[in-house]
Amino acid sequence: MTTLLEAKGISRAFGGVQALDNCSLTVEKGSITGLIGPNGSGKTTLFNVITGYVKPDQGTVSFAGEDVTGARPNEIFSKGVGRTFQLTRIFGRMTVLENMLVATQREESWLKGLTRSMSSAEEVSAALEMLEFVGIAKLAKLQAGSLSYGQRKLLELAYVLIADPDVILLDEPAGGVNLTLINEIASKIRLLNKEQGKTFLVVEHNMEFVMNLCDSVTVMNQGHTLTSGTPSEVRSDKRVLDAYLGGGDEEEN
Amino acid sequence: MGTPFLSFEGVIAGYGGGDVLKGVNFEVNAGGITSIVGPNGCGKSTLLKTVSGLLKPRLGSLTFKGESLVGKSPKAILQMGIVQVPQNHSLFKEMTVRQNVELGAFLIKDKAVITQRYEKVCSLFPVVAERSSDRAGALSGGQQRLVEFARCLMLEPELVLLDEPSMGLDPKTLRAMFATIEAMNAEGRTVLLVEQNARQALKMSHSGVVLENGVVRLTGSGLDVLNNPEIAALYLGGTISHK
Repeated sequence: MTTLLEAKGISRAFGGVQALDNCSLTVEKGSITGLIGPNGSGKTTLFNVITGYVKPDQGTVSFAGEDVTGARPNEIFSKGVGRTFQLTRIFGRMTVLENMLVATQREESWLKGLTRSMSSAEEVSAALEMLEFVGIAKLAKLQAGSLSYGQRKLLELAYVLIADPDVILLDEPAGGVNLTLINEIASKIRLLNKEQGKTFLVVEHNMEFVMNLCDSVTVMNQGHTLTSGTPSEVRSDKRVLDAYLGGGDEEEN
Repeated sequence: MGTPFLSFEGVIAGYGGGDVLKGVNFEVNAGGITSIVGPNGCGKSTLLKTVSGLLKPRLGSLTFKGESLVGKSPKAILQMGIVQVPQNHSLFKEMTVRQNVELGAFLIKDKAVITQRYEKVCSLFPVVAERSSDRAGALSGGQQRLVEFARCLMLEPELVLLDEPSMGLDPKTLRAMFATIEAMNAEGRTVLLVEQNARQALKMSHSGVVLENGVVRLTGSGLDVLNNPEIAALYLGGTISHK
């Protein structure tokens, strides 16, 4: 396996808080990698560093062998790193479908993006198909701002998938989504991974979701990497039980 | 007996783009934990907003201890002893954790009472004490959630409305959170919550309400709802044999 995405020795402080402290993460091409850790351990900050939203004080980020440390979010996105946010970011005054069409423009120059007036029929049908998959196609014509929180999460997932990035970073895709739909999302991720070779990096607290889906899991604690391994290795690691799962008993759901 | 604690009768409400709640009927008993479950967009959050006064029902009756809530301001409803923790993160990011928590007591003028209650919530939520003088925005998403909980308890409400309390919490914190909800309830606070983590929520709930497309589909004890095979398949991720 080859490494697709790598963060090495990342440190970042906010005021007096050392959010990331010499943190490293490797994502193999074609893998579904899980990133878990207690609240405040730095998972989202690491996502922000990888995708260019936060500049690291130290360390390097590389994607497909290229150093992308400190590159801007749009540059990193157009190289093929897509992400969702823990708190959704959508255009509230545009319809659900329009939000999707914005997301199809990864390859375009800003000028073309500004001047184009129509999306092609293929783009529209691809967008609708993706909305259908996440189960919100019937909401396509509604203003995105009127969606419930869970529906926004689903829109954002559809939105990042349709941009067709090579590696997809998902920040709590199951948060606020009903359990039956979570299973469907997991199946879709598995399918995209198997059939199209998409790589995923997933932050999630739903352990059933992480343990069933991921090939490899990295555990963070207090800003650095505690351990990495297969789900079963990580699950039985005493340090992980202490820092994250708690109690030593099996996670039930 | 007699007057129900919280009662919905034919409640219809929405946001202009059509009704989200299409005639909701159910009652919440005093002293219990009630969980509302259902698919995304079925009206769970909207339901809580009608109780806290953030959204006025278009039709129907909604009463708390016999008194109508319809048309009352959110502040008047707070004064009646009903507090909501919203789904979206709602802390003031530039203010400190302590300032945020103390804002929860804005109806109280007595400084000594505020200090005493602040100390009480600190003992329930250690993160509040540890990070009291940090900017709220510097906390992680899950930690901010805990601070919002602490804030809602400052008024020592009779009825607590929680919109997805477990969202964004790690497994350890999540267990602590559910334990906190049970502790809140044991102190006499009635809890009405919306949860996508429905299995765990229903397990600790005295009653469960399944909301579907704006109407109540099923009510029963928490375990009744949990063990209903149809509901499990639709909303609880299937009838997974839970250990």
